[in-house]
Order: sequence, then C-alpha cells, then structure tokens
Amino acid sequence: MQEIVLTIDGKQVTAEPGATLFQAAAAAGIEIPHLCTYRDLAPTGACRMCVVEVEGARTLMASCTVPAQHGMVVQTESPRVVEARRMILDLLLANHPLDCLTCEKSGACDLQDYAYRYQVAESSFAGEKKDHPADTSNPFFERDHNKCVLCGRCVEVCAVVPRRHAVDYVYRGFDTKVSTAFDVGLEDSSCVFCGACVESCPVGALTPVQSRGQGRQWELTPVSTICPYCGVGCQVDLLVRGGRIVGTRAGDGPANRGYLCSKGKFGLDFVHHEQRLTTPLIRKQGVLTQATWDEALDLVARRLRETVDRDGSDAVGALCSAKCTNEENYLLQKLFRAGIGTNNIDHCARLCHASTVAGLALAFGSGAMTNSIADVAEADVIFVIGSNTPEAHPVIGYQILRAHDEGATLVVADPRRVELADRADIYMQQLPGSDVALLNAMMHTIINEGLEDKRFIAERTEDYEAMAQAVKDTSPEWAADITGVDPGAIRAAARTFARAERASIIYSMGITQHTTGTDNVLSIANLAMLCGHIGRAGTGVNPLRGQNNVQGACDMGALPPFFPGYQRVDDDQVRARFEQAWGTKLPAVPGRTMLEMLDAALSGEIKAMFIMGENPMVSDPDIEHVRESLAALDFLVVADIFLTETAELADVVLPAACFAEKDGTFVNTERRVQLVRKAVDPPGQALADWEIITALAVKMGLNWDYRDSEQIAEEIRQLTPSYGGITRERLEGDGLQWPCPTEDHPGTPTLHVGKFTRGKGKFHAVEFRPPAEEPDDEYPVILTTGRILYHFHTGSMSRRSCGLDGIAPHGFVEMHPDLAADLGVDSGDPVRVLSRRGQVVTGALVTETIGRNVVFMPFHFAEGAANVLTNSALDPVARIPELKVCAVRLEPVGPGKEDQS
Amino acid sequence: MTDTCLAEIVDKYGTGKGSLIPILQQTQEQYGYLSRENLAAISRMLRLPESKVFGVVTFYSQFHLKPRGKYIVRVCLGTACHVRGAETLFQTISRTLGIAAGETTLDRLFSLERVACLGACGLAPVIMVNEATHGRLTHRKVEKLLARYRREGEAESA
Repeated sequence: MQEIVLTIDGKQVTAEPGATLFQAAAAAGIEIPHLCTYRDLAPTGACRMCVVEVEGARTLMASCTVPAQHGMVVQTESPRVVEARRMILDLLLANHPLDCLTCEKSGACDLQDYAYRYQVAESSFAGEKKDHPADTSNPFFERDHNKCVLCGRCVEVCAVVPRRHAVDYVYRGFDTKVSTAFDVGLEDSSCVFCGACVESCPVGALTPVQSRGQGRQWELTPVSTICPYCGVGCQVDLLVRGGRIVGTRAGDGPANRGYLCSKGKFGLDFVHHEQRLTTPLIRKQGVLTQATWDEALDLVARRLRETVDRDGSDAVGALCSAKCTNEENYLLQKLFRAGIGTNNIDHCARLCHASTVAGLALAFGSGAMTNSIADVAEADVIFVIGSNTPEAHPVIGYQILRAHDEGATLVVADPRRVELADRADIYMQQLPGSDVALLNAMMHTIINEGLEDKRFIAERTEDYEAMAQAVKDTSPEWAADITGVDPGAIRAAARTFARAERASIIYSMGITQHTTGTDNVLSIANLAMLCGHIGRAGTGVNPLRGQNNVQGACDMGALPPFFPGYQRVDDDQVRARFEQAWGTKLPAVPGRTMLEMLDAALSGEIKAMFIMGENPMVSDPDIEHVRESLAALDFLVVADIFLTETAELADVVLPAACFAEKDGTFVNTERRVQLVRKAVDPPGQALADWEIITALAVKMGLNWDYRDSEQIAEEIRQLTPSYGGITRERLEGDGLQWPCPTEDHPGTPTLHVGKFTRGKGKFHAVEFRPPAEEPDDEYPVILTTGRILYHFHTGSMSRRSCGLDGIAPHGFVEMHPDLAADLGVDSGDPVRVLSRRGQVVTGALVTETIGRNVVFMPFHFAEGAANVLTNSALDPVARIPELKVCAVRLEPVGPGKEDQS
Repeated sequence: MTDTCLAEIVDKYGTGKGSLIPILQQTQEQYGYLSRENLAAISRMLRLPESKVFGVVTFYSQFHLKPRGKYIVRVCLGTACHVRGAETLFQTISRTLGIAAGETTLDRLFSLERVACLGACGLAPVIMVNEATHGRLTHRKVEKLLARYRREGEAESA
C-alpha cells in the first residue's frame, strides 16, 4: 500500500492507512478541538468542532470523518476554521446555562475550555433556552438535559461498551434530547449504571451525585489502583481531595481499558462509611468494648499460645482473605504455618473455585484461567456455562456481548434465562446440578459425528479412551430427561463448539458450587481437549474468579495443602526449602478446609480461629451451623473493616485498613498481578492487615520486621517460582501474568501453549451424579443462589454504598409465574422459603426467565439470608459446598402474620 | 406474548433494515396509535433497542404514542388560511371540542391538530377531518360540521 504523507499545519505527517485526518493529526501531536469524537468509538461527525481547512476543498471538513489522503494540505487553526469554531460555540452557548461558577464540571469541561480558547464569552443569539427537568431518578448520577450539547457520546458509548442502548436521541428539532425509551427515568430503563456515559460527557450534563460539591476538578489527585470488588481486576483512579475519595475514574488497565461497572464506578463510598471500625474491640462481659492495640494483640497472642500449648497447633485455624493483598495473605499463612505450626489455613476460594483449582490441576496441571480476558474478542464461538457474566463480572460481560455483536457465536447454558441467554444463538436451560449430563451429551454427539480433534487428542492428551467410553451411552436424548434441555439444542451446541476454529469456554460458580463441582470442571476440561480448543488465543478453559484477589490468595498458599505457588506441604523437598527460608520446622500434613474447620470447631477439635476479612456468617452454606460452630470456639479473632455478622461473634475485633488505604498487589482472574496503591489514610487506629499480622507475630515472639509490602513481595518472589520475575518496578502499568519465573520473562497470557503444565492433558471419565439434595414431596422446589449486579458477596461493602444499596436494598426470591400462581403471590409479596436447614422470609420476584420448578435467591443479604437454606454437603475432592442446589418449600406469608425467622 | 396481528405486520415487512417505519405505520393504522407494549414487542422482534425505536417514533410527527380520536381534525394555519382567519377558526374548534392542539376528547371521537398547509389555499380557511377536506369555512359552518361528525360517530359506536 502506498504511504500516506500529508501536511498538517505545515508539518509533514505520515498517516496509518484508513486513519482519519483527526487521527493522523493526533498521531502527530496535533490535537484538534472536538466534542463528539471519543476514544475508539466510531466517529459520528455530529459536533462540527473538529472542522479543518483542506487545500482545494470548497468547504471546511469534519476531520473526524475524512480519511487522510496522500498529498493533502490541512490547516487546523486557519482564520476560517477559527471563525467556524467560534460560530459553533456561539450557537452552543445560545442554549447553554452559563453557570460555570457552580457547575460540577468546571475545570474539566470541554465546552468551557474551547470557549476560553476561542474567547467566546457569551452568545450573540437571543432566544428561547431549553427547559427540561433533570433526570434525578437514580442514586448514581444526574442528567441535566439543559447542559447537554447533543454530541451523542453517551448514546454511542452506551451502545458500544455495556451494550445496553439505554439512551438515544428522542423528539425532534429544538426539543431533541438524549433520553431513554418512553422518556422515563434511567432507573426504569435498560441502564446498568456503569458510568461510561458520565465519563464520556464533555460538559456538565452527566455528573456523579456522590462527587457533588466535594471538590473542583483541579483540586483532585488521582491515585491509580485496582477495584476491590470482583475478580476482573479493573484499574480505577481514586480521585482524592483532603484525605477523602470524592470520585472515581476508570483506568486504562488491560482488563477494563477505560471502563468500569456500577460497583467500581459508584460503589467505593463504603471507604468513608461511618460504620468503619476505628479501634480494636475486646469482648468484656459479653460486650465488645474499645481497647488499645497493645491490649488486643497481647490478648490474641496469649490466647493463641495457650491454645497451642494446651491442645496442640492443629487446634488453631485461620481464614485468609480473598479481599486482602497477596502480601497480607502470604504473611497470615506464614504466621500460622511457621509461627503456630498448623496447615489449617483456608479462605473463601473454598466456596467458589476450589473445584476449579482441583479439577484443572488434575486435567492440565494448573488450576487457573488458561487465557486472557481480552482474548474473548478472538473467539469464533464463546460457550458460557454457569456464569451470569454481565452481572457477576460486568466488564468481561461487556466484552462477551461485544464479541457476539461483532460476529462470534454465543452458546449459553444456564438454569436462568439471564441476559446472555437472551442474546445467545443457542441457549440451553439446564436444571441446576445437571451439568455433567449436559456436557457428556455434547461430547457424545461430537464423538458420534466424528467432530473431535483427533490430532490434538493423539499428540497432546492421554486417557482419551476412558473418557470416550464414559460418554458412549450419554446421548442427548438420555440427557434430555436429566437436564430438561431439548436434544436438538444439545446437538446444535456440540456441533457449533466442535466446528469452531477457536472456541472459548467461560464458566463460573454455576459449575463449581456443586457436590459434583470437580466432575463438572473435569467435564469442561474434557470438552475443551476433545475439540483442541486450548493452548491458543481465543480458546481455553476460563473460570472467572469471584473476588478481587481470590487468585492471589490461592497463589499465596491460603489453602491447606499448599505453600505459595501451589507447592505441596507434604513434599519433603519443598518443605525443606520453606523450613530453611522461614527458619523453623513446618507441619507436613495438609490442614483442614474452611467447612471442615467449622465442623471441627463444633466438635471441639479446633478451639481458636483467626478470620481476616471474611464473613462466613453470610457467605457459607447452612448459616445456623456456622453460627453454632463459631460460638463453640474458645476464642475467635476477626480482622475486618466493618463489624460484619461474623465479627459480631468475635472475642477480639481488629480494625483493618481497606484496599484504598494500603499498598500491595492483587491478582485478577487472568493471573495478572497488579499494583494496589494507597490513596488515603485508614480511619482512626485501623491498620493494614500486614501491619496487624506483623505486630501480632512480634507479640508472639517472632522476630518479624516487615516495614512495607514491597519487602514482603520480595520474600514471596524468592519462594514462589511462578512469581520469580515479578518485581515491584515491573508491575507499573499493565502488571504481569504469572507464570513469570525470571526478571526477563514477559509473563504468560495463555497457558498450555504447545504443552500442558503437567505434560499431557489428561481426560477423565466422568459419570453423572445427581445433586446431594433433590426435590421431594416435602421440599419440592430447587433453590439456586447467586449474585446480582449491584451487590458483592456478603454485602459488607456494597450494602454500605449509598448508590448500590439505594438501587438494590432488598433480597428476593425469583420464581416462575406458574409457581407464583400456585402460591397465590405477586412480585413484592412476602414469601417464606424453607429448607431442611432453616427458613427465611423474603419478597417474591415473578419472572419467566426461570424454570417452573426452580427458584433463585441472591446471597448478599444478611436479612432473609439465602445461605440459611443452602446445603453444606461437600464435593468429595475439592470440599466445596453445594451452594447452587438444594430443595426448598415455599409458603405465602399472609397479611398480619408476623415473621419470626 | 405478542399479539398475532402485530406478528403478522412484522412478518409482512420483515425484520431487515428499513422495515421499522412501515411496521410502525401499519401498527398505528391497525391500533390507532403506538402503545408502549406494541413498541416493546416491535423492538424485540426487530432486535432493535427500545430507545432507538422510541427515538424514531418521536422524530416523526406522523406517529402517536397516545390513543387518538375517531376523527382527526387538522386545522390549516398556512399563509392563505391565516389571512382568512384560521387562528380564530381554530379557537372556535378548540372551544367546541373542549381540547387543545395535540389532545383527544375523552370520548375518543376527536383529536385536534394544527398543520402548516394542506395545499388547498383556494378553499381557505380549510380543515381536514380524516381524509375529507372542508373549505371556505365560517364559525357557524364549522360548528355544524363538527356536530354532524359527532352524531355520526356516536351513532356508529352505539
């Protein structure tokens, strides 16, 4: 192709083929004024601010829509151009309130900047001004139509990023405005409040409610860090003024590239919530009472020592935290392994992806997401099973929806017809707990029709025959009875997946939280290997991790059988290495898992526990059992940022710093280690968990002297081969994806390229087993649980965000209209839900998106908690409980009957 | 869920590009106006965002989001009609029907619209009632005309 060389403002510029004049100028460092053009969105040519003079052209041209051509001579600031821009500004100001003195956007307003640049103080046109009422219907941001310049950025960004199309231009002429379908408030539209529109707005038409009056744009200091909610690992800038976070801005991280969801954008106000813990608390005469750090830590050190001396090291256990940094998780497991001498260390990964870690380690040799998030754009087929991605991992959800709109085929299996299902090319509504049957039927079809990747199977895998034998009789017709899915759909899904050049499997807790969780994961691994869809970009087995740092907590050895880097405690060589590094004998037997620790607490084998930043009183199945177990402990310490339902039961509560108040690293779902930076000081006497653990270690007589998180990270690097090359300096910017063994290693975006971690990929023969509890006459309905967009996990953070709790203040039970009719209830009516474990009352939400005999409850709400009902039956391999399936009965709650539950 | 009739209309025009406006026109013809339910169903069937459909509907003055009268009274306020007293004629009609421009009578017999020119300047002042044109109107004539339509309309619906 011929090189494109043109002259812009007298400067020779070489343009990329296909570049517009605007882009060619930008690449040469010439910024052309503009209002509608935004990032990589397709240009709309709406605002005309970017007009330029092209030699030989009759009229001025909108540079954002004109392709750069060889030999063009372009003026971006000629007198004619300036006159045109002044006229556009004059026209815009004719219908724009000049209230810059109080406008939230002042200082970051493009209209203000251009009016200043071209010295347009006021409009020369008199006449009517727009007088639309503002849309203040939602708790996140306000739309002031009267300040809108109708540039269309918000319309475009909503269509392209969250792909909600919540707004468009409506009405005509002077009355034109950007609004929702039927001109209702955003709260009643398809808006998901990701805030992309707010960030795109060049003027003060869209402004966050939280930031109002909190500081001028030029007073805000941005601090780049990682969102503390889900495992996507979005980079976010915290905007700080006077020691407070007054706003947020999406960062340009590899996972999120400038966009966030409602939680990351508007849900971080919990940091300054008045209920933050500010001093240590010690239970005195049954009441948690303020204490000093010395008192609290002396007591903790003494009681832990006494327990160990009296009942042995294994009478103590710890829960690390998927919310805390790598460095903190490393220290806590080190304290318990080296300082106390027990492997009773676990964390909430047990509840989400323990089966992934176990299953993928068996099949591939490494229990993590095989590919990168951005990879989804390269897949021809995306198979999403058991993941409500747009709600649970919204920013990955955007990327799936975009890939689908741009041509990828979307296959979805989910018991609820969630948004992805609605948009899918093939949708299978399987019954909860029937995944192995569904996947085996797909593989049966693939093998029967000769669609398997024979070469991949021969060269890269082993034990294929055993697996093929196991799916010999699992026809789609056989599976139809178990799954409730039409055999035709199963065949279509199987063929689509097998025939794809690149197919990616994305799954989450719909797969893992079962007594067959490990089997489900093995089946997914089987399917990927059967078709050769692994080890290349756009393919892979991609479990979406739940928490911001659940991957890191696992990496750091917050698991009973592993030291950091998945090095087994029962491997003598490994242990010898750690014994040398830590200077002490270490226990060789893997410890107890989370739920086993709770059982042992109830039976008296575990006497004391240290819980860091976890809330089993809401997150764990069968909450009554959790309460009894924790109550049976002699001594419970909880370090947290709020007095959670679990902390309320503690003997000592330690006030911790939150993500915004400390330095460290988080690892996102794609194994990417990223920097967490301190933006503000912790409230009161609260300390970072690493400081708490270090101080406790010193009180327990260990000679620890960690001064900052970097020092800890350096120690981690020395002991964890997959982190060997991950130094603090290298994490600036995009971070690094492990394995990264040496300082010159670039990190690993895709696992198992050419060779699996364990050598050959291993097929497993998996037979369908039903869930531990199936519906019967007494409890005839299946309950499944999960997340909703606006809350996170046990709600300790999201429920303390004004916006998030404002828009979603209550739990609910989703049910099919037929079931609702049987019960005689409508949406909003109170319903009692009973299982063998307990009962709760919550509001009905009637929807056709769920199966007739299935109900769904989000587990974020401590009141009417779903986990009062769930079953703690465990997967035999991964020890993950079956949070996704149990049997319940529903009863209407008549008026006047007071609820006692 | 979807009305058979609406499904037939969509079937007739297809779901490709360019089918939205004819589908909206036909739907309005069939139901008298574009209800929220129908627009939502059209958006679903055409796989177009509701906001986009609503944007199109509100852009064109031919589309109506509220139920309209059996008789659509269009009063011409073009130049010729204007000089022959169209404004006072409009006021008489508005008073007689008890509705302002853009409104519909409670009995759903009449909707009232102001239009720019009906292209019958020789007959000024002129109004249209549905497809019928009535010219050279006076206040008395128009009152009689509306009374006649009212009688007819009531008789038909009785």
